[in-house]
Amino acid sequence: MLNSNDILETIKMIQEENLDIRTITMGISLLDCIDSDIDKSCDKIYEKMMRVAANHVKTGEEIEKRYGIPIINKRLSVTPISMLAAASKGDPVKYAKTLERVADGTGVNYIGGYSALVQKGFAAGDLELIRSIPEALACTTRVCSSVNVGSTRAGINMDAVKMMGETIVEASKLTADNHCFGAAKIVVFCNAVEDNPFMAGAFHGVGEADCVLNVGVSGPGVVRSALSKMPDASIGEIADVIKKTAFKITRMGQLVGTEASKMLGVPFGIVDLSLAPTPAVGDSVAHILEEIGLESCGAYGTTAALAMLNDAVKKGGVMASSHVGGLSGAFIPVSEDAGMIDAARCGSLCIEKLEAMTAVCSVGLDMIVVPGDTPADVISAMIADEAAIGMVNSKTTAVRVIPAIGMKEGEELEFGGLFGSGPVMKINKFSPSKFIGRGGRIPAPLQSLKN
Amino acid sequence: MRAVVAVLGKDTVGILARITAICAECNANVMDVTQTIMQDMFAMTMLIDITKCSTDYSVLADKLKACGDEMGLQVHVMHEDIFNSMHRI
Repeated sequence: MLNSNDILETIKMIQEENLDIRTITMGISLLDCIDSDIDKSCDKIYEKMMRVAANHVKTGEEIEKRYGIPIINKRLSVTPISMLAAASKGDPVKYAKTLERVADGTGVNYIGGYSALVQKGFAAGDLELIRSIPEALACTTRVCSSVNVGSTRAGINMDAVKMMGETIVEASKLTADNHCFGAAKIVVFCNAVEDNPFMAGAFHGVGEADCVLNVGVSGPGVVRSALSKMPDASIGEIADVIKKTAFKITRMGQLVGTEASKMLGVPFGIVDLSLAPTPAVGDSVAHILEEIGLESCGAYGTTAALAMLNDAVKKGGVMASSHVGGLSGAFIPVSEDAGMIDAARCGSLCIEKLEAMTAVCSVGLDMIVVPGDTPADVISAMIADEAAIGMVNSKTTAVRVIPAIGMKEGEELEFGGLFGSGPVMKINKFSPSKFIGRGGRIPAPLQSLKN
Repeated sequence: MRAVVAVLGKDTVGILARITAICAECNANVMDVTQTIMQDMFAMTMLIDITKCSTDYSVLADKLKACGDEMGLQVHVMHEDIFNSMHRI
């Protein structure tokens, strides 16, 4: 028989501690939609996605009802569009518009995959796609874009790094009247993963099956609440409680994933072992770090506490799921986390500290608002630094910064909803221009020679 | 298929009677009930078998929740698998 304490604990987690399934993301391969005629290619994409994902949102809602657990986002990810653009030529923005129509038709929250993988160089379609990103994101609302500019195996493509700085600034300018939202929908990766269910960086890798279902869970509030009951525990004991909590959270993700895949007739892919915050009070990763014993997130000790948290989440989660993948770790998006926002506002959390934190957690400089007049090469250099951390540590890192057009340090950019709001952060004003202008490729590090 | 009905809130007359009446009306068999009252807070968990339920699961869930709303109580109806998977290895 079920224990009524367990039942009440689960209900409390959902009701009071914001436990939810952050996303069920269906990955759909578009390789069979490639055509030398871009219009035909778009038609094939629309037909396939509407067919395969027709019941995605409905199924998600049914599961929410059956288990009483909220599923915040229902999303789709697709094969990197640059591969389709390579064959069809023409204006890649047409693909973005097609994806937007699919989002309208299926009712999903976001579609990821307006992407290119250029860690070692540009193939056909890649340059055209990257150049079209600002326009594609300005004329759509639910299409997300990502570009992989480096990997441990390949090194870092500095030409792509340079382009991405310019692309982010341009995307922000084109959407200046809409909270610079274009830039919030671009992620620049190093070591991008092929089965990530989280936006804006989700795409459906070419090594994946035709259609799979990936799940991302969330539960910072649950972890924090568990820690608040043990004010005098040692770090070892705290790590243990985090593991147990992560286990429970992940089991729920596994259940929802397997159930959804059964109902949709689509193979189950992975659970992303994540702690994904939202701006809601009590759903913050920063608050977990503060519960562990830091006066404010960003204080010395933050990196160590985060490393422990991230590791414990993985250890607890890995046994709870049959297949683990995606980004798997704690997220630290500044604008989406009430505690991070406060820490950035009060000056405790700076970009340099965030950069250090990205070395020990998933994923990178995420949802950080920078002054609107930040030069493109400064953003490129931020990307290069993050990519270097990812490359050397064989982990995924990413940059999603938003230049707030017309705003200066200390002002605040408001996105609303899950994206929250962010104070414009102070950046280092010295120029990396010459370094970024050199172009070329940073050779793959020794870590790549594992064979 | 079995579901858990959890009722939380201020204790009042007739909670169990009204909740079970809805279950009976929909032909859902009550298999187990536990309840505790801490001070005047009422917490009841009930396991029901809905294999032979005469309505859809979601209709039953909505009816129970509406009944809870009328009485000023939180009613949660959840498939038992969520508890089995979260709390059992």
